[in-house]
Amino acid sequence: MRFARTRRQLPLHLMVLPSAALVLIFSYGPIMGLYIAFQKFSVVKGMFHSPWNGLDNFDYMFSLPDIWQVIRNTLLIACLKIVAGLAVPIVVALLLNELGNRIFKRWIQTLIYLPHFLSWIILGGVLIDVLSPTSGIVNQLLGAFGIEPIFFLGSVRWFPAVLVVSDVWKEFGFSTIVYLAALTGINPALYEAAVIDGASRWKQTLNITLPGMLPVIVLLATLSLGNVLNAGFDQIFNLYSPQVYESGDVIDTLVYRLGLEQAQYSLATAVGLLKSAVSVVLISASYALAYRLANYRIF
Amino acid sequence: MMRTSLSGRLFNGFNAVVLALLALLCLLPLVQVLAVSLSSSTAASAGAVKLWPVDLTFESYKFVLGKPEFPRAFWISLERVLLGATINMLLTITLAYPLSKEPAAFKGRTAYVWFFVLTMLVGGGLIPWYLVIKAAGLLGSIWALVLPGAVNVFNVVLLLNFFRGLPRELEEAAFVDGAGHWTILWKLFVPLSMPALATLILFTVVGHWNSWFDGLILMNTPEKYPLQSYLQTVVINRDLSLITMADAATLSQVSDRTLKGAQIFLAALPIICVYPFLQRFFIKGVVVGSVKG
Repeated sequence: MRFARTRRQLPLHLMVLPSAALVLIFSYGPIMGLYIAFQKFSVVKGMFHSPWNGLDNFDYMFSLPDIWQVIRNTLLIACLKIVAGLAVPIVVALLLNELGNRIFKRWIQTLIYLPHFLSWIILGGVLIDVLSPTSGIVNQLLGAFGIEPIFFLGSVRWFPAVLVVSDVWKEFGFSTIVYLAALTGINPALYEAAVIDGASRWKQTLNITLPGMLPVIVLLATLSLGNVLNAGFDQIFNLYSPQVYESGDVIDTLVYRLGLEQAQYSLATAVGLLKSAVSVVLISASYALAYRLANYRIF
Repeated sequence: MMRTSLSGRLFNGFNAVVLALLALLCLLPLVQVLAVSLSSSTAASAGAVKLWPVDLTFESYKFVLGKPEFPRAFWISLERVLLGATINMLLTITLAYPLSKEPAAFKGRTAYVWFFVLTMLVGGGLIPWYLVIKAAGLLGSIWALVLPGAVNVFNVVLLLNFFRGLPRELEEAAFVDGAGHWTILWKLFVPLSMPALATLILFTVVGHWNSWFDGLILMNTPEKYPLQSYLQTVVINRDLSLITMADAATLSQVSDRTLKGAQIFLAALPIICVYPFLQRFFIKGVVVGSVKG
């Protein structure tokens, strides 16, 4: 009996095996490799023979002149993106919900989902072109109102704003999907009762639609806590330049430059390790909170 | 709808206009780049192009497609998508099935789930990731773009939750009729999960098509870059250009700007063509993954 049950489970183990092997190598391998953060790693000596240097890399990291500015930029950009990325889709979902014409609604949805599916290479190329101070259409438009051309991607003041606005532009449409799904779950009888009681559409939105969306809003807000150190590498890497490091350089781009451009492997790993350590705490906290507030479980 | 008062109708009109403007805002930047790519270089550099091509010409497209670089990168991307998405989906399906079992029916289930889900929380970061792939001898090979991300745990979780929603009786009946796990998975679960699978296929294909960073740092030579990595070097990195000095002298019809526009549009085209048809699937799929009660 016991043997039969084990034999019945054998195929299940075999199904897990290939994935487990790949994850072991390509996910747990790099996690093991984090120990080079405590080494003076050199490519010649390799991972096993490089000398240890304790916490020197971490000391050196905090002595970097830009490190606090980079941390500040990361937090600022990430938090602005989180707030704007929550608020805009909620408003758009509410507006879409009020739309009577279904075909028109479908068209709008198709168009606003589109940027989500394009890479930051494509959108970066588009932004570089339309924001160009000499020939870009945005500055031409501003020029029509008598405004001097602005070098959006080269100005320390404008760069973070461009990041936040273009990130919202890429993702707001796609983010409405979850809210719209939550709205379909609202009992239509609530609206009927409200109409009989003489509630206006605004009152209905305020007292039925918004509360109906609230659990999802709470859930997404909590889960976004895990992202406060992710300012968006793909986007920033393709839009920034040394001119705007002051306001646009973030942890992930710094790690890239330290590690892959300057080949300071151990230092870059140390910076990355510190970031992941904080992130793990934040993500775990957000999952725990989401479970408490919204009864959400990932599996 | 309900009784529409004057203020109600005013709001409806206002709402429709706002949403239409938002939708145009998503589309117009792309239209502008398309218009630039179809214009002559003089019109483009004079900033005369708005949303419609000026001096309509296809020279930029002829130039881009006539050079070996762009088509070559395009084919590498296609190869990557086919290989990567196939492996990815096979692994996702075969992994989601055992993990969707109850711990009583599959003893190691809980331990396995933690083994995989932990990787969603912790990662090694850029440098160790690079060093492992290098140590595995994958640098410069297409497998470097396919294998490290072959198990997408997020997709697995999505699919295993879908599998769990399928009626248990079906599986039991099949089991009584003598079907093994393999048969139950491919003859029963997979056909029943088509909406979820369609979503995952779409996301996987788009993900592979859009990846650029791994190609840029793992492929050693530009001749092996997939399309997005190649575009990163010519469209974003401003010090590299498709036009050589010799070309520039002989060609007056194209400029750096029109060529960039053409390449951006060509790279976006496959996605623009495919995704509207899959929209109904992915809306369902996203919802399955994010709001389940």
